[in-house]
Amino acid sequence: MAKTKVLERKPLSFAEKTFLPQIVSGLKTTFGTMLSKGVTLQYPEERPVIPDNYRGVPTLVRDPNGREKCVSCQLCEFVCPPKAIRIIPGEIDADAEPDRAHVEKAPKEFDINMLRCIYCGLCQEVCPEEAIFLQDIFSLSGYSREEMINDKEKLYELGGTLPDKHFKWDKKKAAEQAGNAHH
Amino acid sequence: MPVVYAVAMISVFMGLCSYSVLAERKVSSWIQGRIGPNRTRVPLIGHLPILGNLMTGLGLFQPVADGLKFLFKEEIVPGHVNKAYYYLAPIVALAPALTTMVVLPFGRYVDADGITQPLVLANVDVGMLIILGISSLGVYGIVLAGWASNSKYPFLGGVRASAQMISYELAMGLAILPVFLWSAAPGSEYGMNLFGVVQSQQSAWLIIWQPLSALIFLVALFAETNRLPFDMAESETDLVGGFHTEYGCFKFGLFFVAEYAHVIMGSSIFVLLFLGGWNFLPWLADPWGAGLFGTLLSVGWFMAKVFFMIFFFIWMRWTLPRFRYDQVMSLGWKILLPLAVGNLVFNTILIALYDTFTR
Repeated sequence: MAKTKVLERKPLSFAEKTFLPQIVSGLKTTFGTMLSKGVTLQYPEERPVIPDNYRGVPTLVRDPNGREKCVSCQLCEFVCPPKAIRIIPGEIDADAEPDRAHVEKAPKEFDINMLRCIYCGLCQEVCPEEAIFLQDIFSLSGYSREEMINDKEKLYELGGTLPDKHFKWDKKKAAEQAGNAHH
Repeated sequence: MPVVYAVAMISVFMGLCSYSVLAERKVSSWIQGRIGPNRTRVPLIGHLPILGNLMTGLGLFQPVADGLKFLFKEEIVPGHVNKAYYYLAPIVALAPALTTMVVLPFGRYVDADGITQPLVLANVDVGMLIILGISSLGVYGIVLAGWASNSKYPFLGGVRASAQMISYELAMGLAILPVFLWSAAPGSEYGMNLFGVVQSQQSAWLIIWQPLSALIFLVALFAETNRLPFDMAESETDLVGGFHTEYGCFKFGLFFVAEYAHVIMGSSIFVLLFLGGWNFLPWLADPWGAGLFGTLLSVGWFMAKVFFMIFFFIWMRWTLPRFRYDQVMSLGWKILLPLAVGNLVFNTILIALYDTFTR
């Protein structure tokens, strides 16, 4: 048994017994709160500040040159726990985009079913091309199930362009041309 | 002409009621760090350049939306209620609150003979008695609602409300006796007239002479109006909605308006009895002139005090938690009632001594 120590309470003074000083101090507190600024965010007009590493709606991004980064390796599709991602790989047309021909693959279709997505961010983590990002969009709604499936076009529209540190494929091409294919 | 005055007063009073509801919502939200209603916008007026946004932000159009909502909701009558009394209860709750304003003076004017007269619908000598008598009828509305609803929670709410009203009525009556002992001194022509009480406070307000009476009266007033520290009739934490649990739509709206009508009446009476009515400030002569403008100023000053009291009611509501039922009873019977009797005796002796030695 733990030792218990009974604390002696000071007997209440006459003023305290009338409750009036307590009521006055309570009134002061509430009046202070009334004058202080509220904490309400007027939501549809004012938006909260979203931290940088927030996991919002997954999106596909382009590199600063406006080229799509996804090479349809399908790692995200494989890792996605609720199987929300569906990718149909396609080939890059060498005639249409000669400077990207060496990348070889790009998604023909890329669907993310937002009714299944659990915003875990594993797709972003697994992506070797830094092509898929969970960005700051936090409110997504639609009138039908079909509308809630983001197709490739929608994903690029939501994703926009993010800065790129590596320009991996440009370096690879440069290395190839310099005779060092295993850069 | 009296009918026009009466209609005008009722309209102003009902307007005040609806805006008290808005004040309650706004002040409560400010006290809780929120913003409160600020979206309702009426076309045209709400779209004036700066004024429109300001009024919308302050929620000034919200009472219209609230009232329309109550009006257009489906009238649901539960199957198990006693229909006649069920419909009667909201009317019985609201009517007394509106009736008492007949004897409520709200300003003064100087008539052709240079005598100061009150602005009041009926200037009767027993004004305070009428107010005490009729406003107490309001509890019948609550009891009737509780009983006619034929359901446990409203019944408990009604029983609590009636017990509480009866308990605090005594302390309230005893607390204002010294006021009339003071104002209706021998030789006074006013009697129990509320105008006389205000006129007697031209030098110093009665809250300065009789702070204890004012305190007891104020506490009893909170209990009589069923406002929060004594929210026995509703007790939404344990009785769902108390007496109005089974009420919806416009009938609930009537109860709601009745509560605020009681608050406004209570505030007005407290201002008249203890805060000097339309008298300017203690020991300062009224700056109001004799003309129409002076009359309006006196009404405005009275209204300002009433608004402060309404604000005080709301402020108190969002500061204090509700008393437990037995605490309410013991406060009423064991503390306020003896205190009121003691206060009466003390003030009687004081006034007797004052009259003996100064007149």
